[in-house]
Amino acid sequence: MARLPDGDPAPRDGALPEAALAGLGERPFGLYVHVPFCATRCGYCDFNTYVPGEDGAAAASGYVEAVLAELDLARRTLGDGAPAAQTVFFGGGTPTLLAAADLTRLLDGIRERFGLAPGAEVTTEANPESVDPAKLAALREAGFTRLSLGMQSAVPRVLATLDRVHSPGRPQAAVAEARAAGFEQVSLDLIYGTPGETADDWRASLDAALEAEPDHLSTYSLIVEPGTRLAAQVRRGELEPPSEDVIVDRFETAEHVLAAAGMQWYETCSWATGEAAWCRHNLGYWDGGDWWGAGPGAHSHVGGVRWWNALHPKGWAERVRAGESPAAAREIPDAESVRLEQVMLGLRLRSGVALDVLTDDGRAAAAEHLAGGLLEPADHAAGRAVLTLRGRLLADPVTLDLAG
Amino acid sequence: MSDQSLIRNFSIIAHIDHGKSTLADRILEMTKTVSARDMKAQLLDSMELERERGITIKSQAVRVYYTADDGVTYQFHLIDTPGHVDFTYEVSRSLQACEGALLVVDASQGVEAQTVANTYLAVDAGLELIPCLNKIDLPGAEPERVAGEVSELIGEDPESIKIISGKTGAGVHEVLEQLVAQVPPPDGDRNAPARALIFDSEFDQYRGVIAYIRMVDGVLKKGEAIRAMAADFNAEVDEIGFFSPTMTPVKELAAGEVGYLITGVKDVKLLKVGDTITQRYHGAEEAIPGFREIQPMVFCGLFPIEASDYPDFRDALEKLSLNDAALAWEPENSDALGFGFRCGFLGLLHMDIIRERLEREYDLELMATMPSVGFQVEMENGDIVEVHNPSDMPDPNGIKEIREPYIRASILTPKEYIGTIMELCQDKRGQTGGMSFLSEDRVNLLYDLPLAEIVLDFFDQLKTRTKGYASLDYEIIGLRPSPLVKLDVLLAGDAVDALSLVVHKDKAYDIGRQLTEKLREKIPRQQYDVPIQAAIGSHIIARETVKAFRKDVTAKCYGGDISRKRKLLENQKKGKKRMKNVGKVEVPQEAFLAVLELGDSKSK
Repeated sequence: MARLPDGDPAPRDGALPEAALAGLGERPFGLYVHVPFCATRCGYCDFNTYVPGEDGAAAASGYVEAVLAELDLARRTLGDGAPAAQTVFFGGGTPTLLAAADLTRLLDGIRERFGLAPGAEVTTEANPESVDPAKLAALREAGFTRLSLGMQSAVPRVLATLDRVHSPGRPQAAVAEARAAGFEQVSLDLIYGTPGETADDWRASLDAALEAEPDHLSTYSLIVEPGTRLAAQVRRGELEPPSEDVIVDRFETAEHVLAAAGMQWYETCSWATGEAAWCRHNLGYWDGGDWWGAGPGAHSHVGGVRWWNALHPKGWAERVRAGESPAAAREIPDAESVRLEQVMLGLRLRSGVALDVLTDDGRAAAAEHLAGGLLEPADHAAGRAVLTLRGRLLADPVTLDLAG
Repeated sequence: MSDQSLIRNFSIIAHIDHGKSTLADRILEMTKTVSARDMKAQLLDSMELERERGITIKSQAVRVYYTADDGVTYQFHLIDTPGHVDFTYEVSRSLQACEGALLVVDASQGVEAQTVANTYLAVDAGLELIPCLNKIDLPGAEPERVAGEVSELIGEDPESIKIISGKTGAGVHEVLEQLVAQVPPPDGDRNAPARALIFDSEFDQYRGVIAYIRMVDGVLKKGEAIRAMAADFNAEVDEIGFFSPTMTPVKELAAGEVGYLITGVKDVKLLKVGDTITQRYHGAEEAIPGFREIQPMVFCGLFPIEASDYPDFRDALEKLSLNDAALAWEPENSDALGFGFRCGFLGLLHMDIIRERLEREYDLELMATMPSVGFQVEMENGDIVEVHNPSDMPDPNGIKEIREPYIRASILTPKEYIGTIMELCQDKRGQTGGMSFLSEDRVNLLYDLPLAEIVLDFFDQLKTRTKGYASLDYEIIGLRPSPLVKLDVLLAGDAVDALSLVVHKDKAYDIGRQLTEKLREKIPRQQYDVPIQAAIGSHIIARETVKAFRKDVTAKCYGGDISRKRKLLENQKKGKKRMKNVGKVEVPQEAFLAVLELGDSKSK
């Protein structure tokens, strides 16, 4: 797991400034629960997760109670103004390593403390190997509405490089099982740019995913993160990461194949069959919404205050059980940082960022990037900066220029 | 006041790394000038940079007392001089302060170009030379062969050459005896008006300029009214004394003695190296011959990386100038690099040292443009323009003639490299000045070369082509007319002043092509294609393109970890600051020195 950013110390009781609490409920509000456990660790993964035998995995036994304790703290901290959750998202790790009963207890715990807004979106991530029809039915029954399955690839050789254990075809089967269980929204995650993956491999993965007819697809470029097994293999010369041109080709292939299949991007990594299939929880991250992230290493944002929890499950659990905030640090970004975040997150979205939140320099830069073909002309004319296909591949410099 | 007959003034002449400073250390130790407890290596090289690089930049003049085998105690003044070609003038002044010199040659390396050059300086100054083969304790030592070379150089019997080790001290006693016996004592007239030669100076922030002097005639006393003759500067002697090796004040220094003088003046340019100090009233009529004004020979633009450091940079240059009369500077405003200074140096080593001192002692981050020489341009209308910056070269239409500085290079090499060196010299527009055999195997090649070629990559090329065996020394021999043109570099269509250079017209096409290629390697891919062009006037002679990159995005943004990604972007932004924005193009600092690497791509 990459080092967390430096921040300021958070108060022990987790109390938030008045200003942050004002307007709570006027912005989207969601809850995130981090489940930091996996059956095995994949070579590319640098997330905050623990496999059996590791010290952090020992915390699995009291985990559900600890999350409930943090939810108590969340309720106390947000006070009576706390709105009902419009979205809930269980991420990990592998949330479905937990028994359906545990996931149900956690969702019930949220319902008791905050309530679920009508039509709330309730997602859990899942490993295709860790779900079956019975479990899916139980989750649907408990109130889960959306399933996000880690497929990654349809090609055995690529899956082997990624250390993924599921057999080809299993993710697609899981989509069908989820549909049968009554899930309205089912998403598949794919990874491109794995060392050794060919253009045909990627094409085959996209086709296989589309065949399962999910309403949502996420496509991520594989990043070799320092400290992972993959990074060591690359360093030793056993694997060669793809070139910039290859990554660009994969990205463009995804664009063409998915668009031809009737999906549209609404966020740089996310595709959906329509607005109804958008992941509203993730949109909250990108749109300046409020959310409380419970669990080790989870990030939260309420009214301009960002904080992140202690990474290690033991340290996190000890603090929430003692009724204290598990926050490792918090920060209140200044105006300049807020603008950078706004531009950075807005440019990820198909809806883009409003030109009138930019400075004069930022608007001048936008005009230049429009001329350079990195921003959509129609949206620019309508007062918004929206990245073109080429622009999405060059999002970092455009972000810095527009935030200027 | 010591009897002149008991004084011996000498310096040590050696090529870099031939053991000059180690021998000096041994002499200090054996004469008990420094106790073993206080001894540290390279004792006389007090500047941090000198120790690190193993070189001598500033002179030292230490007094030691040696009781010889005849029972008499002699007063030695050991003048440790810089040896590098950049400091030839300082070396010549230091040698003039002596009656003798130890010629130290590494017994495994043999005679090198610097040895020859400094030996000639010493002979010109009329010094008695005592040749020594050093480092005979090393396994690779070849005393016989090297003795032959030394004997050839100075015309003395190889048998008379001392065999020593500065490291172990072997033979050093004999050398000290030789100094007593062979080096003539000074013979100044102590009753004449005082004449003191300034052979170096340094600046102390509390005491001002400390002039290193050799009393040639008469006596100078503390409190006396004095005059520096060339600078026509009047002052009073605040303090006078000698180094032992720390500063030791005395009441007076008399003819034959070596020491220092402090007047409290803060400007090193008022007590210039080579000037003569005499009494203000009834002083000497004639100055000691040999004084000249120091001329910078190599120029480059220095720019602070952070524009806000500009005032600090100016302060630092002002302070450093107090310490270094040879450093010249004037404000320079570059379209590409902003506000900085065009600085003039004695040579490349001097340039390196100044830049390093600025960064180290004044905590500045600087970027340097390509070094160039000073050109003299004669216009059609008869005006003479001195050009220290290629981008200031006047329009070719009005130019009658461009003159550039030439050097006489002396290259010492094993004979098997003669061919490759001649080829190199011709390629660098050299004209042969003949050659002479130093021994059966080693040759001294003389060439007249434009200094501009030396400033670029001549030395590196020489080292590469001769596997490091050749050594180079040179002297400036004046200006010569050359068919030179200004070569401009355009990035994305705009000429970049900091990349302009002046080259020979026959080589312009080649250099333009290589330079654009090199720049293509140095300039990172950007959001748009960046055309790189080389042009003479409006005529484009070479073109390359840095293709736009296709991807620059850190896509991942899982969960709500927004702070981390924002900070990654903020760090990217800081990284961009280290690049210079030239129009729309981000140019890394090293690109401005790309021309220095042109030789590399050629030899590939």
